[in-house]
Amino acid sequence: MRRALVVLLMLTAGCAATPKVVTKPVDEMVVLLPAPDGKVGALSVTHAGHERTLGAPYATTRLQEQGKLVDGGSLTPEQVKQTFADALGAQPPRPVTFLLYFLGDSDEFTPESKQELPKILQEIAGRPAPEIVVVGHTDRVGTVAYNDALSLRRAERVRAQLVDIGIANEQMRVAGRGERAPLVPTADEVAEPRNRRVEITVR
Amino acid sequence: MRWGLTLVFALTLCMPLAAGAADDVGRVKVAKGSVVIERGGARLPATVGLRLQQGDVIATGRDGSAGVTFNDDTLLSVGPDTVLSVDRFAFDSTTHAGRFDTSLRQGTLSAVSGKIAKQSPDAMKVRTPSTILGVRGTEFVVRVAPVSP
Repeated sequence: MRRALVVLLMLTAGCAATPKVVTKPVDEMVVLLPAPDGKVGALSVTHAGHERTLGAPYATTRLQEQGKLVDGGSLTPEQVKQTFADALGAQPPRPVTFLLYFLGDSDEFTPESKQELPKILQEIAGRPAPEIVVVGHTDRVGTVAYNDALSLRRAERVRAQLVDIGIANEQMRVAGRGERAPLVPTADEVAEPRNRRVEITVR
Repeated sequence: MRWGLTLVFALTLCMPLAAGAADDVGRVKVAKGSVVIERGGARLPATVGLRLQQGDVIATGRDGSAGVTFNDDTLLSVGPDTVLSVDRFAFDSTTHAGRFDTSLRQGTLSAVSGKIAKQSPDAMKVRTPSTILGVRGTEFVVRVAPVSP
């Protein structure tokens, strides 16, 4: 009896996989949005081997029947606000980044960077469950491995300084990007003080 | 044979570590109404500050919405009656290489992509029941509406 049931189940499962496609009702929609600064990226939407790429602000793709990915034209900003009010309303505050520089090769911040510190504290105070990410950067003098280590040490030193001004250690993470993300692009082995910096992201 | 087993065991131990230090992938920043995080068999109330892990599922009720900031600065937020699973998150904070896969099973999602998508355009994917979205450094919204059969 039990074996018969298993066979029956297998047959049923087999039926579902037969070539006759059962059109399951679906209703899916994707809308590309511009960033607050107006810039728009791109989004590829793939369904059943077909791909559409959205690249314009408010460009929309809909899927209302299996097998049919249709151009949804463009939603208006008002339609987006209405349809996605709750999801958009729950968006976390956007991360904010501060740049800090040092005097020469010392651990002391430049006067301009010192003035940033109260702003960082203020930014942290206004956020839910704030996190602070301290990321060190170097110029391109030295090897990649050397600069990875140097940038991490730089970030660790800043972490200690931030603890001194009252930021909780457990709220912080550190990372070293080495010479990968120069602010001012240079050839290798070029000393560039503007690239020897630490970025503080508050999120 | 014994060595083989030891190796497999050692690799198994390494895997969760490779997913990232302290294995948290993001933090809940906004939680309104009824929001739970399904982790393994447990259902945790989503409170502001809760650390998410790979594999977590965010589920909201009729009055719920929630927002999460991930470790690569990606912002994801969901509206009511939504189920979103965090299938995979790996992020190298030195190189910015990583992978980020989520699935929106139903409901609404708003996304602002972060460093993973910026570093490699194919590294962030959002799956819906019928489509795969490839994120190339951008902001977007998705809705998977319930359909009566």
